[in-house]
Amino acid sequence: MATTTPTGTLAAPRSARATRSRGSSRTNMEMVGWLFMRLSGVLLIVLIFGHLFVNLMVGEGINRIDFAFVGGKWADPFWQFWDLAMLWLAMIHGTNGMRTIINDYAERDRTRLVLKALLYLAFFVTVVLGTLVIFTFEPCPIGAPAELLPSFCPAP
Amino acid sequence: MPEKPAGTLYRGREGMWSWVAHRVTGFLIFFFLLVHVLDTSLVRVSPEAYNVVIGAYKNPIMGLGEAGLVAAIVYHAFNGIRVMLVDFWSQGTRYQRVMLWVVVGLVVVTMAGFLPRHLSNIFGG
Repeated sequence: MATTTPTGTLAAPRSARATRSRGSSRTNMEMVGWLFMRLSGVLLIVLIFGHLFVNLMVGEGINRIDFAFVGGKWADPFWQFWDLAMLWLAMIHGTNGMRTIINDYAERDRTRLVLKALLYLAFFVTVVLGTLVIFTFEPCPIGAPAELLPSFCPAP
Repeated sequence: MPEKPAGTLYRGREGMWSWVAHRVTGFLIFFFLLVHVLDTSLVRVSPEAYNVVIGAYKNPIMGLGEAGLVAAIVYHAFNGIRVMLVDFWSQGTRYQRVMLWVVVGLVVVTMAGFLPRHLSNIFGG
């Protein structure tokens, strides 16, 4: 990769910025996306660092994580909301990042179309599944062994 | 129009390599995120199913992978702050190089806090 090429050898831009065609929306979605990456990035730093600290640093760290641990966390609406915000923000932030990568490297129209279709499918499935799991989670399933359940579950 | 580009926009040095690393770490984190939502979703199947799969995260090889994942996240987070400073701070472009070394330093410090704890959890049984 030639990194020493002086910039003077690059051709000058041949035209001013293309004027926007009539009928295109007045808001610039790429600018909204650019701004979203920065705003969500700040929130994600707080959300993910908090998530990693509570799940990997406190107490026994990762060895503590099991069904009862998750049940204990999601019994609290605070952690439900925390994880929901993390899920949505991270998925939108990550999907927009992947969209940028596809646009940069997939040169054929058809390749871009297929990759983006797969990306948006993965986004949809993951966000819907994750959201449903957070809100339909049953911490004390009937018939499960009591030693696997959170301590607040009634004795069978 | 020449058949090949006469030059390249890749400039090398801190600016380009921090951008490459931001891309690579973002790419990796995205795929872990998809897997992580799927494994967590097993809480909806049964306590046994969830515990078996999450147990796989506790073996030493996966533990080293998690250490790498956390390093990737920490770099992406701190370099993300650097990107925002470059964009929004009037002196950002002027200090972008030194800010990358600050990012690297912060990653090292954060990992120095995280690794002893995590590795002892993983290898200490």
